[in-house]
Amino acid sequence: MLVYSLDRRASRIFAQEKSNQTLKIPLRFFTEEEALIVAAAAARIFPGDDSSPGAKEAGVVIYIDRQLAGPYGRDRYRYKQGPFNDNAPREFGYQGKATPAETYREGLKGLKGFDKLSTAEQDKKLHQIEDTHLFALLRQNTIEGMFCDPVHGGNVDMVGWQLVGFPGPRMSNFDDMDTHYGEAFRPKPVSLEQITHRKVRPSEDEDLKS
Amino acid sequence: MKTLPRKDVVIVGGGWTGLLMAKELGKRTPLSILVLERGPLRKSVDYAAGMDELDYFIRLHMMQDTSKETFTLRHEENQTAIPVRQLGGFLPGSGTGGTGEHWGAVYPRLMPECFQLYSKTVEKYGAKKLPEDHMMQDWGITYDELESFYTRSEKEVGVSGKAGNIMGKKIEGGNIFEGWRSSEYPMPPKKTPYVSALFETAAQSLGYHTYPNPSAINSVPYTNSEGISRPPCALCGFCERFGCMIGAKSQPTNVLMPIIRNQKSVTIRNGAFVRRIVYEKGHDAAQTQGKARGVTYVDESGEEVFQPADIVFLASWTFGNTHLLLISDIGNRYNPATGNGTLGRNLTHQAFFSLQAFFDKPLNRFMGAGGTGRRVSDFEGDVLDQTNLPFIRGGSIQCTSVGTQPIAGFGVLPRTMKATWGDEWKKASIDYYDRMGIISFSGEQIPHKGNYLDLDPTYRDHLGDPLLRMNMNWRDNEKKMAEYMNKKILEIVHAMSAKEVNPFPGYGDYDAVRYQSTHVQGGTIMAPTPEMGVVNPYQQHWQASNLFILGASTFPNSGAANPTPTLLALTYRTADAIVDQYLKRPGMLG
Repeated sequence: MLVYSLDRRASRIFAQEKSNQTLKIPLRFFTEEEALIVAAAAARIFPGDDSSPGAKEAGVVIYIDRQLAGPYGRDRYRYKQGPFNDNAPREFGYQGKATPAETYREGLKGLKGFDKLSTAEQDKKLHQIEDTHLFALLRQNTIEGMFCDPVHGGNVDMVGWQLVGFPGPRMSNFDDMDTHYGEAFRPKPVSLEQITHRKVRPSEDEDLKS
Repeated sequence: MKTLPRKDVVIVGGGWTGLLMAKELGKRTPLSILVLERGPLRKSVDYAAGMDELDYFIRLHMMQDTSKETFTLRHEENQTAIPVRQLGGFLPGSGTGGTGEHWGAVYPRLMPECFQLYSKTVEKYGAKKLPEDHMMQDWGITYDELESFYTRSEKEVGVSGKAGNIMGKKIEGGNIFEGWRSSEYPMPPKKTPYVSALFETAAQSLGYHTYPNPSAINSVPYTNSEGISRPPCALCGFCERFGCMIGAKSQPTNVLMPIIRNQKSVTIRNGAFVRRIVYEKGHDAAQTQGKARGVTYVDESGEEVFQPADIVFLASWTFGNTHLLLISDIGNRYNPATGNGTLGRNLTHQAFFSLQAFFDKPLNRFMGAGGTGRRVSDFEGDVLDQTNLPFIRGGSIQCTSVGTQPIAGFGVLPRTMKATWGDEWKKASIDYYDRMGIISFSGEQIPHKGNYLDLDPTYRDHLGDPLLRMNMNWRDNEKKMAEYMNKKILEIVHAMSAKEVNPFPGYGDYDAVRYQSTHVQGGTIMAPTPEMGVVNPYQQHWQASNLFILGASTFPNSGAANPTPTLLALTYRTADAIVDQYLKRPGMLG
């Protein structure tokens, strides 16, 4: 679960709640209010329950916050020259002018108080905005935050990878390719920093002063 | 504008073809050679820190920067084109090694009759069988002429596979329908993923001839024809859209750069964005005696400079080659209304689609590498009798395990499942995650009068030059072919005992979002006469004997097979012609 202090710093209690470990994680893009809305929406898109973790346990909101503060948030690699044609058919991809950061900032204004609603009311609200670009981003970014390498802030303790049996950047499957036909082969996941034994600088940190 | 010291050779683009040409000329001639690459310096040792799905697979870290330059798309003449703002349908790379760094490394040859598409089709089925508004023609080179260059490329690039036709002798277990080969592949096939083993058993039970997908990825330790040694593939699954962490996947940075680095006559300049080919039109009536004088480019500091050179190679991706000729105003632009002109025409994008099949047992899909698995060619090219079919040509069917990653792989469900988020969706997505196999079709797109490249009248790149405009749609031939092949694949999927399957819904309008393949061809096609193409069969510009074009932009039609083996074979052939003929007597080859 996520708690927020008034100095705009989010604190996360680890997936293993029994450890009582608390991490202070500063927000880079969201206001505290926005972070609570996004965390609540992500938890309805990818819910957790007693038997399996979801967006809250994986730290998805921290992941999205960092992405929006970085090159992705400002559309560093997208062609942004006009004229813009918002009515283009689906085959042309997203044609809007707004960057992901702008889409969240603007769209979240319409979701004020979302985090305080009951889960049934939250689901109803999300169904109402299902066709918006904001929802498309929320859904995609939630999946990303569930399954990205932990270096990006999501998939804490590799909980997402464990859900689907993905082992992460495992250096060799050479001996295993043809020796597990028809049976699940589930090596223990390892993260990029664990496998390379060094600090990896993710792309969203490009803008941060080192 | 500052003029830099003259070079004998300037090569635009530091991918497979540009670096292969640089290496060949650097080794066999005393020429001074400069390669201009717009993207960053890439080294094979950098890739170990890049096993990250988010930055590489999702955010497309190795691809061209569309914020600087992209292309526009329209489906029909009466429409206004719209910019494709993010790459999707195909993924040209950027940086040293180009697309050859992040490619899937599938390495099949084209079927022999692909080089004589027009004459062989008419010979077999008659002119009446040709699709309406087709632009089919012959290349001016035959498979037999190219065979030794294919073999040379396989030995240098390093290819694993199983031959099915050595000097005309058919060999079971290989592709018995392929064109003749002078020798076996340099390496045996890679190991077989479970899903591909299921596919093989099923396809064979239906009488089809499965064979291991030929792959430019090492199955065993391999030392190539130039003495470069690389290790076998570990099947780690971080392959397509990634650079190989251990150098097992053949890439320009691990096959060509180790040699080029020691060639004092070759320089590679990164961050060089070429704007124009400086060109003098020929004064003869047919304008066959034009000359390229060099290129202008914007360097890393943002200054535009003139680089004079005696020989100019365009070795960019398909779009870059065509775009540079268009904005440099070299050659005769294609006019779809009259059918006249050559520059920009015969644009093709291999017809590719997939079916998703859901099984009851786990597939361990995280294991794999580009193109690792099985393929059948029973429906490819002339193997398929098209007499009573509503289309011509065909393609291959394959089932591979390339290494599925969870962001892209999560949430692919049988279409009967309607939820796209929430508890029910999450549970189903976890349940199906490792039980989904992909069976795909890769077919020929017949060149069509309405499919071509020109310049966009509205949208511009970061330097103010017009963007390339892609005029492209799927036509009747591809639509009918896909309908037929979908049925054939469904039969195989059922024989694999799949529990559920998502059939291919059929082609709508050409889609720039859904990834298909990076196999886009044409625009600067080769032909036996100047009226029919931009370059001659040596890839030499018909109007300027010192201007050469390398890459799939010179293909008059798509094959069902991946283009890289053919474009590398053609590059060796051009290199030989330059060394053996052109340097002794500059002028038109032939």
